[in-house]
This record gives sequence, C-alpha cells and structure tokens, in this order.
Amino acid sequence: MEILMASSIGFLSAAGIYLILRGRSFPVIIGLTFLSYAVNVFLFAMGRLAVDEPPIIAYDAARYTDPLPQALVLTAIVISFGMTALIVVLALRGYLETGSDRVDQGVPKMEPAEERLTS
Amino acid sequence: MNIALLPVLPLLAAFLPSLAIKSGRTISAIVAAVPTVAALFLLAAAAPRIYGGEVLTARYEWLPQIGLSFSVFLDGLGFFFAAMILAIGLLVIVYSRYYLSPNDPMGRFYTYLLLFQGAMVGVVVSDNVLLLTVFWELTSLSSFLLIGYWRAVPEGRQGARMALVVTGGGGLMLMAGVLLLGQIAGSYELTEILQRGDVIKNSPLYLPMLLLILGGAFTKSAQFPFHFWLPHAMAAPTPVSAYLHSATMVKAGVFLLARLWPVLAGTEAWFLIVTLTGLVTMLVGAWIAFFKDDLKAILAYSTVSHLGLMTMMLGIGTPLAAVGAVFHILNHATFKAALFMSVGIVDHETGTRDVKRLGGLLRLMPISASLALVATGSMAGLPLLNGFLSKEMMLETVGHTTYAGNYWILPTLATAGALLSVAYSARLAMLVYLGPVRHDYPHHPHDPPVGLWLPVAILVVPVIAIGLLPAFFAGPVVERTALAVVGAPLPSYYLALWHGVTPALFMSIVAFIGGGAVLAAFGLFDRLRLSVPRPEAKRLFDATVSAAVEGARDLIGALHTESLTRYFAVIVVSIVAVGMVGFFTGPYEAGDRPLLPVNLPALIIWISLVATCLAVVVLHANRLLTLILTSIVGLVVSLAFIQFSAPDLALTQISVEVVMTILMLLALNLLPRTTPRESGRIRRIRDGVVACVAGLGLGGLSYAVMTRNFQSISEYHLAQSKPGGGGTNVVNVILVDFRGFDTFGEIIVLCIAALAIYALLDSSLRGAAAQRLAAMRQDTEAADAHPLMLVIVTRVLLPLALTVGVFIFLRGHNQPGGGFIAGLVVAIALLMQAMASGYTWTANRLHLNAHTMLGLGVLIAGLTGLAALLFARPFLTSTFGYFHLPVIGEFELASAMAFDTGVFFAVVGTVLLSLAQISRVQARAERKPVPEGPSDIRLPPVRVFNAPTPAYGKED
Repeated sequence: MEILMASSIGFLSAAGIYLILRGRSFPVIIGLTFLSYAVNVFLFAMGRLAVDEPPIIAYDAARYTDPLPQALVLTAIVISFGMTALIVVLALRGYLETGSDRVDQGVPKMEPAEERLTS
Repeated sequence: MNIALLPVLPLLAAFLPSLAIKSGRTISAIVAAVPTVAALFLLAAAAPRIYGGEVLTARYEWLPQIGLSFSVFLDGLGFFFAAMILAIGLLVIVYSRYYLSPNDPMGRFYTYLLLFQGAMVGVVVSDNVLLLTVFWELTSLSSFLLIGYWRAVPEGRQGARMALVVTGGGGLMLMAGVLLLGQIAGSYELTEILQRGDVIKNSPLYLPMLLLILGGAFTKSAQFPFHFWLPHAMAAPTPVSAYLHSATMVKAGVFLLARLWPVLAGTEAWFLIVTLTGLVTMLVGAWIAFFKDDLKAILAYSTVSHLGLMTMMLGIGTPLAAVGAVFHILNHATFKAALFMSVGIVDHETGTRDVKRLGGLLRLMPISASLALVATGSMAGLPLLNGFLSKEMMLETVGHTTYAGNYWILPTLATAGALLSVAYSARLAMLVYLGPVRHDYPHHPHDPPVGLWLPVAILVVPVIAIGLLPAFFAGPVVERTALAVVGAPLPSYYLALWHGVTPALFMSIVAFIGGGAVLAAFGLFDRLRLSVPRPEAKRLFDATVSAAVEGARDLIGALHTESLTRYFAVIVVSIVAVGMVGFFTGPYEAGDRPLLPVNLPALIIWISLVATCLAVVVLHANRLLTLILTSIVGLVVSLAFIQFSAPDLALTQISVEVVMTILMLLALNLLPRTTPRESGRIRRIRDGVVACVAGLGLGGLSYAVMTRNFQSISEYHLAQSKPGGGGTNVVNVILVDFRGFDTFGEIIVLCIAALAIYALLDSSLRGAAAQRLAAMRQDTEAADAHPLMLVIVTRVLLPLALTVGVFIFLRGHNQPGGGFIAGLVVAIALLMQAMASGYTWTANRLHLNAHTMLGLGVLIAGLTGLAALLFARPFLTSTFGYFHLPVIGEFELASAMAFDTGVFFAVVGTVLLSLAQISRVQARAERKPVPEGPSDIRLPPVRVFNAPTPAYGKED
C-alpha cells in the first residue's frame, strides 16, 4: 500500500508542477491545487499509514494512528481552500483589469493616455 | 552616580528642544543646554575617581545571545573625549543660539545636536564593541541630519548624502571588523579585549580584521583617500562644522585607533598602513588647504591634515608617539573649534567667506579678530601657543622614526606638512584679518554680540594657557589619557615650552621660513597646481553612485522579469537541485517497517488517480474538463483518508471539494474557457522532465519515510485527550485545545483571505475591469435559470442539511466532525439555495451577513481564549464539565466548544463571502440585475418579501 501512496504523491506533484509552469492563470491555479493535494497527502503520510486505527478514543481500540499530522492536514486543507480562492479571484481580477490571463509576460503596458494620467 | 546616563541623558532629552521651541529660541537653547550641563556634572563627579586611576563601569544586558550588552566604562581616554564632546557641545549650543537666524527651525537643530551628542558620548564610553558600532552608526545618521539641516540648500543635501554614504559604509566595515575582533578575543567587552593584545596580534585573522577596522576609522576621520567627504560636509551650518568637524565626529576615527591601540598597534602592518595613511593625509590636506579661497574649505582641509597628523602619530606605535597624539587631539580641538566659530562670525558679519573679498577685519572687529588670530597662530604652530608644543612633539617623534628602512622620509615629509600648515595659516591671517580695511562689504562688519564671541574666547584661553604652562594645565589630562591609550606605564617625557636646541626646533624653523617662502610664491605654486591633473572627488563619487544605481537597476531588470512561470521554474529547479545533493550524498537503506498489503479497491482507485493525473496534463487546454478531473482527484484523496483511518480529513476534504468546485466554476464563467497551446515542444518536454524529476523525488522521499518506524510526540495527545481535553476525537481536541492557538491564527488567515477577495472584487465593479465586464459576451443562458426541481429539493433539504451541520458540530469533540467540517456543510447548504433560487433571494433571507459571521467567528474564538485569563490561566486554556438535563440526560460542555463555534462561523463566513462576491461580479457580466426570486415560481409580491414582483424572469 505504501508504494501506491508514494507513487500517488509523485504523480500528483509532477502533474501540479507541470501545470504551474504553464503560461496562463487557470492551469497555474489547477497546478497549485494539485500541489496542495500532494503536499497534504505527503504531510498526512508522515504519520505513517494505518488501517482501522482512527484516533478516536474507545475502550476496545488497541492502537491509534498518529493524530497530529491529521490535525495539521485538516487545517491545511481549509487554508489551501482559502489560498486557492484568493488566487482564483486574483487571477479573475487580473484578467478583468488587463484583458489577458497570461502570467509569463508581466503587466501589459498601459495605453499612453492612461500612462500620462498616472505618471 | 551612574555613568550609563552620560550617553542616555542627551539622547532622551533630544526631543525636548523641539517641544520647547514654542516658548522661544532662548528657552529652546536652555533646554538643550540642561542635559549637556547635567552630563558634564556627572563627568565632573567622576573626575576624582578617574584621576585616582579607577575605571568606572555600568552594565545592562541587552541581547546576551549575540554578545550585545549595554555596558559602558569610563577611563582616562573616555573621560577626556566625553569632556571634550560635552564641553564643546555646550559652547556650540550657546553659539548656535546667536548664529542661527530666527527663520531657521531651531528646535529641530537642537534636537539633532543632542542626538549627535548622545551618540558621540556613547561611542567614547562604550565598553561593548557592538554597542560602540551602534553608537557609531548613530553618529553617522545624526550628522547626516545636521549637515543637511538647511534642507533648501542642494549642496547641504548632497554633502549630507556623501557623508552618510562614506561614513555609513565605513561603519559597516567597522561592524565586520569588530565582529572579527570579538571572535578572535573571545569577548565583545573592550575591557576584556584590551587584555588580550598578544592573542589578537598573533591571530591569522589579524590582518583582515585590522583592515576592516581601519576602514571604519579612516572613513570617519576623513583620511586619504576618503578625505573628500569632509569639505563637502562644510555646507552644514557653521556651528555644526565647529562641533562635528573639528572636535567630535571626525575625531571618532582617531579615538577608535587610540582605543584599540594596545591590541592593534605595534605590528609591522599597523605601522606601515597607519603611518603612511596619516602622513599622506597630512600632506594632501595641507596642500589643498593652501589654495582654497573659502574660509570653511581652508579649515576643512586643515582639519583633514591635522587628523592625518594624529593618525600618523598613533601609527608610529611607540608610547611616546601616542602621548603626542593625545596632546594634539586636545590642542587641535581647542584651536580648530575656535577657528570654525570665528569663521561663522566673519560670515555672519560680512556676508562672505571668500578670503579674496575680505581683509582688515582686525580693525573692524578687534575682539573676535584677535581671538581668531591667536587660534590661527596655534594652527600654524607658533611658539607660546598650544599648537606649537604638539607639533614639536610630532617632529621630535618622526625625527627618530625610520619608515621601511628609510630614516629621512618621515622627517622630511612631516616638515613639509608643517611648512604647508604655516603657509595656509599665514595666508588666512593675512588675507582676512590683517591688511588694509576694505569698504566693499555687503554690510558693515563689527564685533558680534557677546554670545557669539564668548565661546571663542573660552576656547582661546586653553590655547594660550597650555601654550605657556603645558605641564601645569595639560599635564595631568595628557598623562591620564595617554595611560589609558597605552595601557601600560608611560616612558618619561615632559611637556615644556623649551626643550633646548633639538632637531625638532630646526625642523620648526625650516617650516616657518619655508612656509613664508611658499606663501610669497603663491602665484607660482598655484600655476603649478593648476597644471597637474586634479581628480575631482565629487565627480568620481557621483559617477560611482550612479554606476551603482545603474547596476542595481540592471540586476533587478534581469531578475525581476515579471514572469510567474520563470519564478516558479527557478523555485522548483532550486528545490530539486538541493534535494539531489541530499540524495546523492546520503545512504540508501530500505526501511524496515512492515508494509500494508495492497487490496483491489485501492489498486483501482490508484489507477484512476494516475490516469487522471496524466489526463489533466494532456487535456488541460479544455478548462471545464480539467476542473472535473480535479474534483476526481479530490474524491480519490478523500477516499484515501477514509482508508487510512482519517475520517475527519475525509469529511473535510469532500466538503472543501464541493465548495472549491463551485468557486472554480463561477470563476471559469468569467475567464476564457480554453487554454491556447503556446509553449513549444522543447519547452513542454523540458517542463515535463523537471516535473517528473520533482515528482519522483517527492514520491521516493515519502516512500522512504513511510517504510521507516518513528517515535511520535502524539502519545501525549492520545493519553490526555479524554482526561485533559474532555473529548475522544483526538484530532478535534488537538485543533481546539492542544493547538488552539494555531487554529485561532488559521481562522484569522481565512477571514483575511475572505476580506481580500471581497476587496479585490468589490473594486472590480469600477474602472477598466468594469468596462471589460460590460463588454464581455455571455453565452446564451441556460433555458431554465432556476430549475423547479432543484429549487424545491434544495429548500426541502435545507433544514435537513442544517440539522446535519449542527449534528456534526456537536459530536465533533468526540466523533469525527467539528467546527471546520460543520462550517463547510452549512456553507454548502446555503450555497445550494443560492444556486437554485438566486443569490439575492438567499441573501435577503439570510439575516446574518457574511461579514458579521467573520467578525463573530474571530470574536467568539478570541473571547473564549481570553476567558481563560479571568481564571489566571494562559490564553486558550480550556475547561469542561458534565451536566445533567432532564430527558436528555448526562451531557458534556467544554469551553473548547465555544471556540469551535468561532471556527464554525469563520468558515461559513469565508465561504459565503468569497462565493457571493464572485456571483455579484458574475451578475454584472450578465448585464442585468440578479433576479430576486426564482423565475419559475410565482411569488405573491407583498406577503413573502417587500420587493417589487420580479419583472425579468423567464415566464413572468
């Protein structure tokens, strides 16, 4: 089972990294989401894998899996949601503002009239 | 009595003159004088003990981890300098009161002056060398403010900037040198360092350390080739020049050389570098001073020259030379400060500082001119004045010193320096004060008010007194100070006017005759000077600065490409490189933890995940498809969490997945639907290779970790969850109790993200973004914007969904669930209403808006944490108890649940706010108001809500 988990982490992060290297905002966002999955699972895996040992105290439970990585990952999932939402909106605003969703070219030059006003 | 007050008093009192200026300039001056006088009294009280041979100390810890302490000590040298700084400071305060015009902001001037004074005293009494560098930099900063005091004058600003760059840069060198010194000596306390001269001189780091410290000292004391900043700093008001550039700041470098003399001096490197630098500075400064026409420039270059003399004496490295240096520091401070003040008087009275436009002032302003002439005589080294004595000592010393095996070079060049000194002093005296009275002054000069000439007079008294009876007036001071410099018993010397017929006397006579001759041939020398190329320091400096700025701009241009793709590539490649180094230098043993067996469902799920990953890479041009594939991954991840004993995570992941997909769909509606293929094949292959290597590394790393056993710190959490936290769901107890502070921070981050989203989109309804929104072509809308079935089902489901939310929340402490998950579930329930019946319809019925929920969430969580303080427990300490209610029976209440309520509200608020805001933008793009009611349900206009009947629905 460990090899499946490890390879999943590898595939997720490889796909994520490939996508964040694209030149448009949407693939980058999806890439970051994939990376978030990979990292969350990676953190979770640091507590090692265990089947049927949930960290819920019960009188008949013999062993519990490590609860600490779970707690950290739980907040990480919620925070990555917040982060993704923010960059989605950032990308949206950038697109609305400039009319382009490219992330590999810098800020498009303003039209001369606007430039005169701001400088 | 606490000597730590010496630097602290002026620094603390620095803001008072600015406040007192409202009561008038005299009051402001008095307020500035009070701390100075107080510090002088402190010093006077310490004098008997210092002169009894004691060293006073005071010590307060500051940052013991890095060896920085606020420790000061007062010995002969520190006392001498502190007295000089404070006494001349007091005179300058009095003088400035009369010198500055009523239009100058005098309160600010005194504030700067006190800041400088405190910093300067700090430099000379610091015991800790790191503290010394702190004060050192403070003198650079405050002198920057003082030099640029007249902000309207461009020369003042430029001079200030140049001084800051040169002395501040030197300060950085000094800091590096001092760190090395501390490392070598094993202590940052001067009192310790001064005991370890042999260790330091024999250290292999001695030379780099010496060069760095000398860099600091030479820049501060304007030694060649750093001398150029001092004349430009003369754009400062004259009192500032009198203070900083005669007696104090420029002496800081000399002070440092004297302070570290026992541990640095005496080596070949020290002798060769310091002596030569001093000698060259002395000659260059005197040579330039000779040709200058601006009185202040003459004095500035003369100061450079005299500082060179002191440096050279300290460089020679014998105790006798050190005595001479100390004596000259004292003498120079008196006559040079007096001269600067006299120049100020001349400027003040005649309106010019150009020697060619002056003359005969002795008749016009007899008092101040006489005083100035005495001081000038001392500068030239005339007998019966103090300048003569220390110059004789210098000539005497160099007469016995061989430089690199050469016995005549030092005496000859030193005599040349003395000769030039005579020449420029005589030129100054003759052109300004002597000669016929002129009548072409801008206004008629006469003696200034007593406040201006009295400080000069006070300084001229020691010039004459020491010149006549050196042993009586200066003997004890010089002896005590030199003892502190040398750190060992002094050789026999005696200060006297007449030493008999010595080589030094001959050299002096040569200097006088030669000086006169050189002055007589001024025109010849001036032509000679003009015929040789003269590098102009300011132009070189400006060129260097603009080259540095250009270089920085180019570097930024090269690094800051504004391409996110490139930044990501740099980050990923660097991380991969670092990982590879670790991988190839470490061992590769297999782990010994028993592996879990693979089962068929897991294998199928794994295959689907891999297929999804590959598909997303290939098909990412189709954005909607990409989104669907992404949610498949989310689903697979939640399944993995269920499989590996993490029910809480699975619940969280699946609910986040729902919210995220809705959010992305909303955003995608406004973004382009497809990604054009832009990168070429090579680029894609390169990116693929980078991604695969990184993925392989991460996968391999996690495999290596998972196959090894480890010792977890969670034993404590498992053991204490029930008895300590009152809950059986350990993950939830960790979140709301053990690591509650983390969670508190996280919900605040969530709220900030939500507010940032709100702000980003709120302002997008105006300006360029709004125009683009308006122009955006929307696809034809779905025929049925609010499907009846969906509307009915979501409304029926709402109470159920909310109940589930409450249930998940309540059981969270003991079973999988809790505030995060419950928040997400409730948010989804509300979002479904918005999706089915419209955003406005939902918002009108939701009486708690998202902003309120955010605030409420953080407030509840924070107050729960603070409540613990009422019981004298640390922030966020939780408590719990069991209560009995009829019917329901025994139940548990934990304060952690209140905290979890805060988490709940924060999560609901974040989700609703973000999505609602995107919907609003969306509505704008649709170029029509959002329908208030679901279009396909006829709503009675008055009974349900007080809004007009929707007029824009599909079927109305």
